[in-house]
Amino acid sequence: MNFDLLTQGEPLAFIFAFLIGLSMLLYAILDGYDLGVGMLSTIVDDADRDRMIASIGPFWDANETWLVLGVGLLLVAFPAAHGIVLTSLYFPVAIMLFGLIFRGVSFDFRRKVPLKRQAAWNRNFFIGSLVVALSQGYMVGRFMVGFKEGLFGQLFACFFGLLVVAGYLLMGACWLILKAEGPLQKRAVGWARIAIWAMVVGAILSSLTAPFVDTRIYDRMFSFPEITLLLAMPVISIMLTLFMHFILKKLPMENDRLAWMPLAISIAIFVLGFLGLVYSFYPYIIPGQLLIAEAAAAPESLKVILIGTAIVFPFLIGYTALAYWIFKGKASDLSYD
Amino acid sequence: MDAFLLSRLQFAANISFHILFPTITIALGWLLLFFKLRFARSRDPKWMELYFYFTKVFALTFSLGVVTGVTMSFQFGTNWPGYMNTVGNIAGPLLAYEVLTAFFLEATFLGVMLYGFRRVPGWFHTLATFLVAGGTTFSAFWIVALDSWMQTPAGYTMIDGVAHAESWWAIVMNPSMPYRITHTLLSSGLTVAFLAAGLLAYRQLKGDTRPAVKSGLSCCLVLAFVLAPLQAIVGDFHGTNTRDHQPAKLAAMEALWETTEGAPLTLFALPDEDARENHFEVGIPKLGSLIATRDLNGKILGLNEFEGLHPPVAPVFWSFRVMVGVGTLMIAVASIGTYFLARRGGQPKWFLKVLLRMTFSGWVATLAGWYVTEIGRQPWLVYGVLKTEDAVADLPPSHVGITLTAYLIIYLALGVAYVGSLFYLARKAMEEAPQQIPA
Repeated sequence: MNFDLLTQGEPLAFIFAFLIGLSMLLYAILDGYDLGVGMLSTIVDDADRDRMIASIGPFWDANETWLVLGVGLLLVAFPAAHGIVLTSLYFPVAIMLFGLIFRGVSFDFRRKVPLKRQAAWNRNFFIGSLVVALSQGYMVGRFMVGFKEGLFGQLFACFFGLLVVAGYLLMGACWLILKAEGPLQKRAVGWARIAIWAMVVGAILSSLTAPFVDTRIYDRMFSFPEITLLLAMPVISIMLTLFMHFILKKLPMENDRLAWMPLAISIAIFVLGFLGLVYSFYPYIIPGQLLIAEAAAAPESLKVILIGTAIVFPFLIGYTALAYWIFKGKASDLSYD
Repeated sequence: MDAFLLSRLQFAANISFHILFPTITIALGWLLLFFKLRFARSRDPKWMELYFYFTKVFALTFSLGVVTGVTMSFQFGTNWPGYMNTVGNIAGPLLAYEVLTAFFLEATFLGVMLYGFRRVPGWFHTLATFLVAGGTTFSAFWIVALDSWMQTPAGYTMIDGVAHAESWWAIVMNPSMPYRITHTLLSSGLTVAFLAAGLLAYRQLKGDTRPAVKSGLSCCLVLAFVLAPLQAIVGDFHGTNTRDHQPAKLAAMEALWETTEGAPLTLFALPDEDARENHFEVGIPKLGSLIATRDLNGKILGLNEFEGLHPPVAPVFWSFRVMVGVGTLMIAVASIGTYFLARRGGQPKWFLKVLLRMTFSGWVATLAGWYVTEIGRQPWLVYGVLKTEDAVADLPPSHVGITLTAYLIIYLALGVAYVGSLFYLARKAMEEAPQQIPA
């Protein structure tokens, strides 16, 4: 491969590409667990639903902000790429936004409307979460194949949508294993066991479809010497999946031991998956169309943002950690009404 | 309809619906902090009752503001790629700073504020409330800075048709920024004063005699009494700023076709853009010049100086009159309320009904004001730099038509649900015992 592509151009462009990637990864992990909880909230009774939603109540809004940051940085640092992505995905973006709207307001409406309408808002909360997860997965799928049309292009994106839904369900279930107790925690273990294998199915289906769309991804993966390094990734993923399967069989343990473990494993799976995903199109900012180095905005503006980011980031991490510390432990008693 | 008009309508619908919620949360955050501090000083539980009640209003409003705001951030890319391609180097950092300094701050500490009351020490909870209020205000600062820059651009150079930053101080503190941010923050204060007064008046009318309701109502009326006249003065200065930097907008606000010395203050007119004249014009001689130029015979430039480059006249002219009309009404109502408060210590029933009708008066004035300034900026997207028609995405009209229709339906449903919930929460608060406060 052409290594010049990796390094030429403005270093700021690559720093911003990294920051965008980091925001998107954090978004997928963080909003992933609360969207997962949202999708799971439809199969429980009212009391459990309240507990589940209480466990994400203090966090969901900040989680969603990572998406705004990621898309915002893309807009700022790579305006041309932002334009191509969002106009190509006009309807999926709109559908995701409708989902985000309904889900976001349902947190409040479900408790702030007369009793007879609460069920409707609970349903909106579930549907909103599902629509967001599906549309995000579909969009990542479309993006990965460079928005190629055709049956397999669409099929790949749909399978990827299912993969993301399964991934978010896994995240949500693992979050609940950590934050819930008693019967709800036991059920969450069961949900996680289904979700992990659903994820495997989604991954296999999309991997099988990918070569019909575009051989570029496979050329990339199976050329020498990258393959030696890359082989490690699926091997670790498979090991993590098996380890997760094994751990879930043992949970919940006495004194709530290792309740954090499934969440840690699913985060590791997300990170690995994300790295693999990025590897398949780097150094492009839009697969097959636009290089990172070609698309960046003016350096003086990027510098200003970078300085701000460097100053704000430690605070941001600090108070986010503080919030998780304040709300550590089981989430059963969280409410404000 | 073409994609350009539909995209404009969609953006207008999105931003009009969005602004309804931040304009409440910006000032409501500070009002909550005020209640919290009053409680800390007096230990009177009524202040915490008010705090808890309006916290629910805040949370609901905030979530609507968040989701409609997320929508906005995607609109730039989906419908207006030309905007970022031309002025992205200026707009980008301002938007990024809003996310970095405001969004995360308010989102995180809102969680602490709502759910952390029993988990953190009292002072920390007060600090969280302060950070939420500060976050919303920061957010307003950055977005108004960007909007002001689009109205009165400064501190940049154009290289190959793309704006590049020269001085960030000049960009942020552009000529209209100090006026616009003050005007915006005061309008938020007034919107909240009348919203809270309306909800509390509703509770009193329904027979709620708690001290919290009465004290809360008094606070809101005094707040409105202070802010409403102040807003008129600030608005007046904002107008002279518009005269200096955007004369075409001022001419449209006054529907003044010919450049005039000693221009009248037009009270009523039907502007006719085809004939380029007004019908049924009623005005007070020379007062227009006095207000805009501080001189009875001062010169105001007319629309004909800007033919082809001025905004549509009637919407700007009428929005301005609606804003000023509601503002005047606010001054009157706040004065009467404060008079009753001083003389009788409470409000008569008929006046409570007036307050109830004024609940959403802040929304009307805020929207009308934004229409004056944003429609008044047309045909420019960035004044003198980029025309709106040159920034729009080349989308099939049907695409935009479908999403616009969907947005309108969703917004209508959410708007109805929101207003309904506000009054439902008011009734619910009357029936419930006040929340217990740990000592």
